[in-house]
Amino acid sequence: MAESKIKSWRNDAREKVTGQAKYTDDLSFADMLHAVPVYSDFVHARIKRIETKAAENYQNVLRILTAADVPGANRFGHIEKDHRIFADDKIRYWGDVVALVVASDRESAIKAAELIEVEAEALPSLHDPEEAIKPDAPLIHESHGSNIINTHRIRRGDVEEGFEDSDFVIQRQFQTQFVEHAYLEPEAAIALPRPDGVIEIYGSMQHPFSTRRFAAAVLGVRLADIEVIGTPMGGGFGGKDDTAAIVCARAALAAKLTGHPVKIRYDREWSIRESYKRHPYRVDYKMGVTSEGEIKAVQCKIIADGGAYCSTTPWVTWRSTVQCCGPYQVPNVHCDALGVYTNNVVAGAMRGFGSPQMNFVVEQMVEIAAEEVGISPVEFRHRNMVKQGSVTVTGQKLDDHTVSMSEALETVIDEIDYENKLKSCSFGKSQSDELYGIGLAMSYRGMSLGAEGMDFCAAIINAQFDGSIILEVGIHENGQGAQSAFILLLADELGVDRDRIRYRQPSTSTIPDSGSTVASRGVLMGSNAVLAAATEFKRKVSAAVSSILKCKAQDVRFADDRIYGRDEHHSISFDRAMHVMFLQQQFPFAFGEYRAPRVSWDEKTGQGKAYFTWVYGCQAAEVMVNKKSGRVRLTNAVAAHDMGRVINPGMALGQFYGGMAMGSGYALSEEIKIEDGEIVNLNYNSYRIPRSVDLPDMSAIFIENPDPNSPSGAKGIGEPTNEIMAPAIANAVYRATGKRYLKLPIKIES
Amino acid sequence: MTITINGKATEVLDALVEMNLLLFLREELRLTGAKIGCGKGFCGTCTILIDNKPVKSCQKKVLDVADKWITTIEGMAEPDGTLHPLQQAFIDAGAIQCGYCTPGMVLIGHAFLLKNPSPSRNDIRKAISPNLCRCTGYQQIIDAVEAAVGCYK
Repeated sequence: MAESKIKSWRNDAREKVTGQAKYTDDLSFADMLHAVPVYSDFVHARIKRIETKAAENYQNVLRILTAADVPGANRFGHIEKDHRIFADDKIRYWGDVVALVVASDRESAIKAAELIEVEAEALPSLHDPEEAIKPDAPLIHESHGSNIINTHRIRRGDVEEGFEDSDFVIQRQFQTQFVEHAYLEPEAAIALPRPDGVIEIYGSMQHPFSTRRFAAAVLGVRLADIEVIGTPMGGGFGGKDDTAAIVCARAALAAKLTGHPVKIRYDREWSIRESYKRHPYRVDYKMGVTSEGEIKAVQCKIIADGGAYCSTTPWVTWRSTVQCCGPYQVPNVHCDALGVYTNNVVAGAMRGFGSPQMNFVVEQMVEIAAEEVGISPVEFRHRNMVKQGSVTVTGQKLDDHTVSMSEALETVIDEIDYENKLKSCSFGKSQSDELYGIGLAMSYRGMSLGAEGMDFCAAIINAQFDGSIILEVGIHENGQGAQSAFILLLADELGVDRDRIRYRQPSTSTIPDSGSTVASRGVLMGSNAVLAAATEFKRKVSAAVSSILKCKAQDVRFADDRIYGRDEHHSISFDRAMHVMFLQQQFPFAFGEYRAPRVSWDEKTGQGKAYFTWVYGCQAAEVMVNKKSGRVRLTNAVAAHDMGRVINPGMALGQFYGGMAMGSGYALSEEIKIEDGEIVNLNYNSYRIPRSVDLPDMSAIFIENPDPNSPSGAKGIGEPTNEIMAPAIANAVYRATGKRYLKLPIKIES
Repeated sequence: MTITINGKATEVLDALVEMNLLLFLREELRLTGAKIGCGKGFCGTCTILIDNKPVKSCQKKVLDVADKWITTIEGMAEPDGTLHPLQQAFIDAGAIQCGYCTPGMVLIGHAFLLKNPSPSRNDIRKAISPNLCRCTGYQQIIDAVEAAVGCYK
């Protein structure tokens, strides 16, 4: 489909384009109080005393909360319960919150926060994970017994033999940086004590169910005592899971203890200071190849800086090991990944989840290897890439869906005219100050959570007697357009106009816990839950109306806002059918659930069916590098991704462009800078995400191969688009300058 | 003092003239379309128009706009709810994802097209560069502004 022909639609577009959409900070409640977090100047310190008197006496202050005020658990986390709601024994990073000031107005709370004094014994702080894993390094979490958060491994074949069988052995070290999600809406939460004792939470978070878990644990109440309301959110990109949930939990605590609604709204500086980032990786990578260009062995060691708390580090680094060889078949693999505690800012989930780092490594390694062997990098990729029936490095056979790696690569090569443009690359030499280069990168990606966790999702279709339909799905609207995708899919399934369907963003009390809206699983899991509900819905309706239509239930068809029997002469309107059901005292209501197909994992060998299905994608970039300034300008970018089935083309395009843009920032400009434990770039002037003028017009190509693992046909696209732009740019920069840049962000010496 | 917001003259209490303009709009007038993104004028989510020029309202006081004509996103559609053609173009082009930058982007695009009825695509790209978007890569926002050019002639 030509991109320009696509007319987009989304159910919440009107409210957003008119400024009527109500994000968390746009909401206000009677007698609402305001709370702000209190940080200390310490990076790593043992807390002796937190002096709050002066702050308590400040005007309009109602209460100061510290760890001592938490009735339930002060420590929480998805995996390790080590993340403090308020620092208790120690301060472990500069973003640790020691207290919360609650006041009748925000300004007073901020002023009062400055009056809180933390007495603590400063401890030596660790900012380099390689220092942190040394045996004599001080422990950041004493009870953990080590600064190693987790390890993962892959053992496949015999790498020593593999290297012996190789004609070339290439070894490089790569390094990546802390990256901020930079969602435009900073963290915000409102908690409301309800007369029935339930605490109701509105918040900018992408995981209502984990927010509920965190809040319930902090308050020491049961899950049913907290109701998290899905609220429009100004971007997440993986970043509004644990930290955002903690902000909500603190608001819930303040609401519970004061009996008032409490709002917390973060300043940008607080958001960048406290929220988790994408992990910096140090990767030592060794690849053995034959003179025919066959990869024989890969050995790699991944050290991930997890920062002060565990967060999702074990899951992030797990994906990195599974995808440590990129989309290539490698018979002998020895991979070790370590997640490490440091006193840096916490690292956790971010769009890509351990893949952007590894793709930056692998997609340069294959090009370096190809050059050593003396064949073209494209040919090298073709020889080694996964094909139909290939076995991945974790022993998973790719035979139950279309393996479209080659299709994605060839599509991009054709679209950007890669082979021709290769001839114009400067390799460091040009008449002018400008150097030109083109590069590409490709990946495959295991979809959804894989062997990381529980993976199922619910949907509810509730039709009314006038024929209108209410749809709820246990997936959160992060801004990506999940709601509109589900509406379009249901309209298609039921053969009705989309305007008949109202989406209700469910609360945690109205739909079963369907997990987190992460891992590109929103549309994949949600669409199949909708499909299951639609199937059940049609079964019920068919049984109810088949006698009117004088046919068997299985012959009933849904189309054109009507329900048909054997032929077009036997039909009733959808409205009428719903009315009939109510007259028969039957609810046109259906619950649907989708369970991800089984996956498996052996932690010892790192072998198993890691993900139930995979997607394939390729991106190419053209750059101009200025010899004098060292500035890299992205002048063209093309992407092709297999996403199974496109439900809402306009929104799918947005995922492509947005992912590529974010990937270009990862390559060229974005880096959280930490000096003596303190983040120095706390706002958009110094943390530079791409602006419009930093980007070219980009091209996006949909590849749609049906996948029996996803009955709806849809897979996902959010993360794949974000995980290969950096290596594509790195490869382009190489062809422009003749130099390899193995460290992100790429900085060219002028 | 008086300021005119979306065509309506609004009397400002003396006690509020020193207030931050963005907070005044959001908290006193409940016009929450302008968003708080960075608080320092770097991101443009708080963009409003003052005498049809885009301004980052987080960097202004109420006093700064005395006797000026202010347009916020709430003033873009017709009173009967009919969308401004530029707003419709944003919807049709798929320019909206999380929506947090959208009010500012519509207004900066609107101000630009009022001044430049025949811009190139690159002119549009430059015009919206003061405002940040993290979702879209800007492409469909530029598509939307470009599609609306005809409505300003």
